[in-house]
Amino acid sequence: MDEIAIQTEDFDTGAELSRLAKGSDCGAVASFVGHVRQGAEGVQAMTLEHYPGMTEKSLKEIIAQARERWPLKGVRVIHRIGRLLPGEQIVLVAVAAGHRGEAFAACEFIMDWLKTKAPFWKKEETTEGGRWVDARESDDAAAARWQQ
Amino acid sequence: MSIRILYFAALRESLGQAEEVLELSAPLTLGALRQTLAARPGDWAVLGTMKNLKAAVNQTMAGPDTPLKDGDEVAFFPPVTGG
Repeated sequence: MDEIAIQTEDFDTGAELSRLAKGSDCGAVASFVGHVRQGAEGVQAMTLEHYPGMTEKSLKEIIAQARERWPLKGVRVIHRIGRLLPGEQIVLVAVAAGHRGEAFAACEFIMDWLKTKAPFWKKEETTEGGRWVDARESDDAAAARWQQ
Repeated sequence: MSIRILYFAALRESLGQAEEVLELSAPLTLGALRQTLAARPGDWAVLGTMKNLKAAVNQTMAGPDTPLKDGDEVAFFPPVTGG
């Protein structure tokens, strides 16, 4: 079963992974967790904005694309919104499958497409003031790899 | 016809506006709507100049040739940066 959540609250990765595994007859669970980085720019906080409605729709489409490519037992995507501090968790993508190959691949695919297709935007707060994060060409390249 | 337009992130801040409802006398394409909005005085020129501006119609990414119809929800926004 697939589940998508957009929320301000933090999530418990361990609990999410065991729940995903228990709910499906899977041999493998692969996951990715993204965190807020302080980085060289000295980010003090980050605010995440999204497009309610389109976000859920695009994530569903991304998961459907992953399911066309690999046999998956279950997918869990959690993305936080609002103001987050360095070190905090932003996103969880977890995939349950029969074997590790499809679990690893689908997890990376979903994350690559989420970064370039799901309507979220990050604004960083630094000592210099607020700054909207620019999209990166390396993210476009990572997403394009899957279209070959 | 009437369409709802949403603006997000840096674009929303530049315009000082998150959404509006626009009454149109004749059908037009997404690209023509963008040009119409960009021709407004003041900060609206950013709709013409913003690099890689993206758009969606009814919550699906859409190109400039997409025709708009009564009741459509249109959104303009910068490239996405989630994850």
